[in-house]
Amino acid sequence: MSATLPRVLAGIEPHGALTLDAHVVTHGPLKLAGHGRRRRTAPLIDEAERAGLLGHGGASFSTARKMRSVVAARGRPLVLVNGVEAEPASEKDRVLFECLPHLVLDGAVAAADAIGADEVIVATRESLGDAADAVEGAIEERRDRGVRISLATVPDAYLAGQETALCSYLSGGALRPTFTPPRPGERGVDRRPTLVNNAETMAHLALIARHGAGWFRELGTDGQPGSTLVTLAGAVRRPGVYEIEFGSSLAHLIDVAGGSDGPLQAALIGGYAGSWLTPAELSSVALDDESLRPLGATMLAGVVFLLSGSACVVRETAALAGWMASQSARQCGPCLHGLDALAGELAALAEGYGGQAPEQRIRRVASLTARRGACAHPDGAVKALLSALDAFPELFADHARAGACTACDAPAELPLPGWRLPDARRRVAA
Amino acid sequence: MAVRVRVNPIACEAHGMCAEVLPERITLDEWGYPIVDERPVDGELVEHARLAAKSCPVLAVLLEEQRGPR
Repeated sequence: MSATLPRVLAGIEPHGALTLDAHVVTHGPLKLAGHGRRRRTAPLIDEAERAGLLGHGGASFSTARKMRSVVAARGRPLVLVNGVEAEPASEKDRVLFECLPHLVLDGAVAAADAIGADEVIVATRESLGDAADAVEGAIEERRDRGVRISLATVPDAYLAGQETALCSYLSGGALRPTFTPPRPGERGVDRRPTLVNNAETMAHLALIARHGAGWFRELGTDGQPGSTLVTLAGAVRRPGVYEIEFGSSLAHLIDVAGGSDGPLQAALIGGYAGSWLTPAELSSVALDDESLRPLGATMLAGVVFLLSGSACVVRETAALAGWMASQSARQCGPCLHGLDALAGELAALAEGYGGQAPEQRIRRVASLTARRGACAHPDGAVKALLSALDAFPELFADHARAGACTACDAPAELPLPGWRLPDARRRVAA
Repeated sequence: MAVRVRVNPIACEAHGMCAEVLPERITLDEWGYPIVDERPVDGELVEHARLAAKSCPVLAVLLEEQRGPR
């Protein structure tokens, strides 16, 4: 097989899920190589390591290392496919579930086989009903031996996709992050060692199981081999989910998507915990972590949101900061107080009521907020906000001095759904 | 034996006792929550760290024993 795209999106049909038969025609049958619990490795784990597969959920952590840590942990392991996709602009997991559920399930079954697990849970969130239906249909179609697959849906909330919150909820607890260690790999769902992988990671694993590491590395960069799904959203003619080679240019992707919808003001890379790039940066940048890091960005969950020329980046940043504060689990003091304070400061700055040197106060509160929670939520919120301040200092200074600009009246562009975490005690009382 | 001080931020309720007992490693932010310097402590400060852990009303201060030289 040559180094061509699409890989993950091969065989995709515009409407409906690829049936098991059509899936096997596209990719060939899945062959399981078995596990070696005593040796603490398995052929698929070694292959994933040689392939250099990194997780596509946001953390870009080595999938092989994660699998090894689950194998090394005591207890009966299980596999959890994280398709909660709580990034509001992201659509890749929904597309995978709705159109290509068997590729994701193949990866999960292969992972279960490799770590010696007999159970797979596929998690998605409540408002992705079509995705849940497609996964359920696919589970019924399959005849996997030695593994039971089930579907779980969780409430819509930004933190519902956070892996310790997800494990807590699926264990009958609150949908809230928990203190680590222990990480899910040691003690996850029902205190069992739990391999939590993003749905897209499972799809890549399914392809590595078939074609091997050498094939996988024919695309991508040395640091980030393979391909990735990108959700291109916002001011673009044909928004949607695209599969690209790691290291290919953002400008090319925008061209493939029909070009931008008018001039661009900025791009948010990664997701709502990501980083803002200026038009100059986004016209020349390549999409892989090594290329993005000098700009303070990473791919995270593969969201690229293009902000149109008629939007106000200060207004959008203030709204996003408010939304991220609203999505805090409100468990950790610095996150609870810090994100609320930052949202307030930004709202005031955007209106010109921020008083003296609001940027300095924002940076000080940001430094008190990041890296002090049980999870990375405050870190991500702070990162997005500071990257906007760094990329567009004169716009923030203008607002701090003169208040709302002419673009402030334009409709908000970043989607900010009215999600709320369910009450922490609800599940216990039920 | 050196120990590293950590705080479980979910459990922490900003009582502030830890900063009284171990000011060498713990200060409080403007909301009263501990800012922890996670460099290991050794010598007589180890006893202070243990006292900080013991005096926390919600047992949010955790000590991790460090093995070997760092």
